[in-house]
Amino acid sequence: MDGEKLTKLLDLMYRIRFFEERTMVLFREGLIVGALHHYIGEEAIAAGACAAAEKHDYVVSTHRGHGHCIAKGADLKRMMAELMGRETGYSRARGGSMHIFSVEEGLLGGNGIVGGGLPIALGSALSGQYRESGQVTLCFFAEGAGARGTFHESLNLAALWKLPVVYICENNLWAATTYINYSLPIENIGDRASAYGIPGKVIDGNDVEEVYKTVDEAIKRAREGNGPTLIECKTYRHYPHCMVIPDTRPQDEVMEWKKKDPIPRFEKRLLEEKVITKTEMGKIKKKVKNMLDEAEEFARKSPLPAVETVEEGLWA
Amino acid sequence: MRELTYLGALNEALREEMERDENVFLIGEDIGSFGGVFGVEKGLWEKFGEKRVRQTPISEDAIVGTAVGAAMTGLRPVAEIMYIDFITCCMDQVVNQAAKLRYMSGGKIKMPLVIRAQGGSGTAEAAQHSQSLEAWFVHTPGLKVVMPATVYDAKGLLKTAIRDDNPVIFLEHRMLYNIKDNVPEGEWTVPFGKAEVKHEGKDITIVATSLMVHKALEAAKELADSISIEVIDPRTLVPLDIDTILKSVKKTSKLLVVHEAPTIAGVGAEIVRQVVENAFDYLDGAPRVLGGRSIPMPYAPILEKACTPQKEGIVKLIKEMM
Ligand SMILES: Cc1ncc(C[n+]2csc(CCOP(=O)(O)OP(=O)(O)O)c2C)c(N)n1
Repeated sequence: MDGEKLTKLLDLMYRIRFFEERTMVLFREGLIVGALHHYIGEEAIAAGACAAAEKHDYVVSTHRGHGHCIAKGADLKRMMAELMGRETGYSRARGGSMHIFSVEEGLLGGNGIVGGGLPIALGSALSGQYRESGQVTLCFFAEGAGARGTFHESLNLAALWKLPVVYICENNLWAATTYINYSLPIENIGDRASAYGIPGKVIDGNDVEEVYKTVDEAIKRAREGNGPTLIECKTYRHYPHCMVIPDTRPQDEVMEWKKKDPIPRFEKRLLEEKVITKTEMGKIKKKVKNMLDEAEEFARKSPLPAVETVEEGLWA
Repeated sequence: MRELTYLGALNEALREEMERDENVFLIGEDIGSFGGVFGVEKGLWEKFGEKRVRQTPISEDAIVGTAVGAAMTGLRPVAEIMYIDFITCCMDQVVNQAAKLRYMSGGKIKMPLVIRAQGGSGTAEAAQHSQSLEAWFVHTPGLKVVMPATVYDAKGLLKTAIRDDNPVIFLEHRMLYNIKDNVPEGEWTVPFGKAEVKHEGKDITIVATSLMVHKALEAAKELADSISIEVIDPRTLVPLDIDTILKSVKKTSKLLVVHEAPTIAGVGAEIVRQVVENAFDYLDGAPRVLGGRSIPMPYAPILEKACTPQKEGIVKLIKEMM
């Protein structure tokens, strides 16, 4: 991968991390409400996977979806406005954190229903295949969703119809307060691929390049008409399930995983290989922080939705 | 008397019923050591262990299916669906299996299961986490439907639900979990099919459910000087105690039903139908229903509030009806 691409990955990871950190502050201030699920610690997956996709490809996201949206190129201003309940938000403040949609940008939405997105990804993949548009769907979900029937039904049908979809399981070990041992009787979700006769990969989800390469290969396979791939990315979220749930995880486990934080690790590699200098890194960080200041400012200044408009958006 | 929360009342009901009958067991997501995402199962896993408090993966079909099969074969499961919205993931098990197997077996099998869930809006969690789906279950023959509004009723009705030999959908409201009340020590039950007059009055009857009982009571208080309002909580929608409602309407001649679920094809419409069919001549003016708007619940609190009945709206409508 060339230096420009690597730098782009780092930039994306910063955007996601700093966006999430900013929303935490705004949540504490009461400016963001509802259920807020942070993606901090998992940035390498969204960044690596979406960087391998084209602009016209689709992304089906989850309740923990900010990272997917940002990596797919969503506008931070409109995302922030949505989270702050403003008229200028992606969904005019109808959706909130868990439901950011922008069909123009290929974002088919987050989902408040765990495992709800997998069947939808069948449809967008079928649509790409049907229209012969070459569009691939990246379907994100986590290991908790792997226990839903929708997982099994979707992978089965996608394999049967050779749909252009890449299943990306973000295995962060915990589903709310449920440890993976409680939900998965085998070692890897990725191993389930064999049950559907499709390739299954189990990779280090905190290594952005590995994610990029694996997803890139799966996308190529899908575009060539060879059907789906299941990719399991091992990762960890640094914070509790959502803003209102206390941390139930063993703190030494949290500490161990924080040492594997995908960002410092990638920074270190880029510095060592002289892809980028410390000063350049600082510049990108500063740029991203400025973007977030602007996004916050934009959201703060945006009007709240007018109550009279509440029915708008229901029917076409 | 002692002070107890709605949450605490549910917890006590589960604990007491598990102590009383070893066939009662719990099944659901995050209900183990964490005690449920709202804390309804706090301490139960520690007390009863994994055999009786079964934490599952995110597998709604499996949760309800397990409850159905276990109930058919001698156990008394209490299944938790974390948010009522997620019951859509297992409607086959609820509607085609739990609700129908007793009848289809010619009454040979019993289906003593409870599905607990919480619903309603008020926490800005948007359309997939804010629904009031009781009408679906009322419309499905074979299910009993319970909606407790008070601390006393929460405990008493849950105990009755667990002891019932039929499938019971038990709908809590998350904005009620922290309300407190003075209640007796020890155990009590509240029978199904008995509405309660929560406030006596003579000018108008308000039938309200769940959180709306409290809003109706606030409205009654606000108007107390000018209008005497009777507030009735049916407590169970199936079976529905229409007699208590009819008796009240015959006294007041006016009826308003208030619920959070969309007005259209809702439980209010059904209550109005029964009142019109049975007490038309007593009515002075058209009965009304104040429900939620037919809109997927929006995220922004300002919009969310505009979609559900508020005290101000209830007061306004009562004045119009007088
Ligand atoms: C069908 C359904 N059941 C339960 C929930 C409640 N819930 C929301 S997120 C979550 C945990 C999800 O875990 P996982 O799929 O591993 O994703 P993660 O949060 O770890 O990214 C649960 C149980 C839900 N939203 N939908």
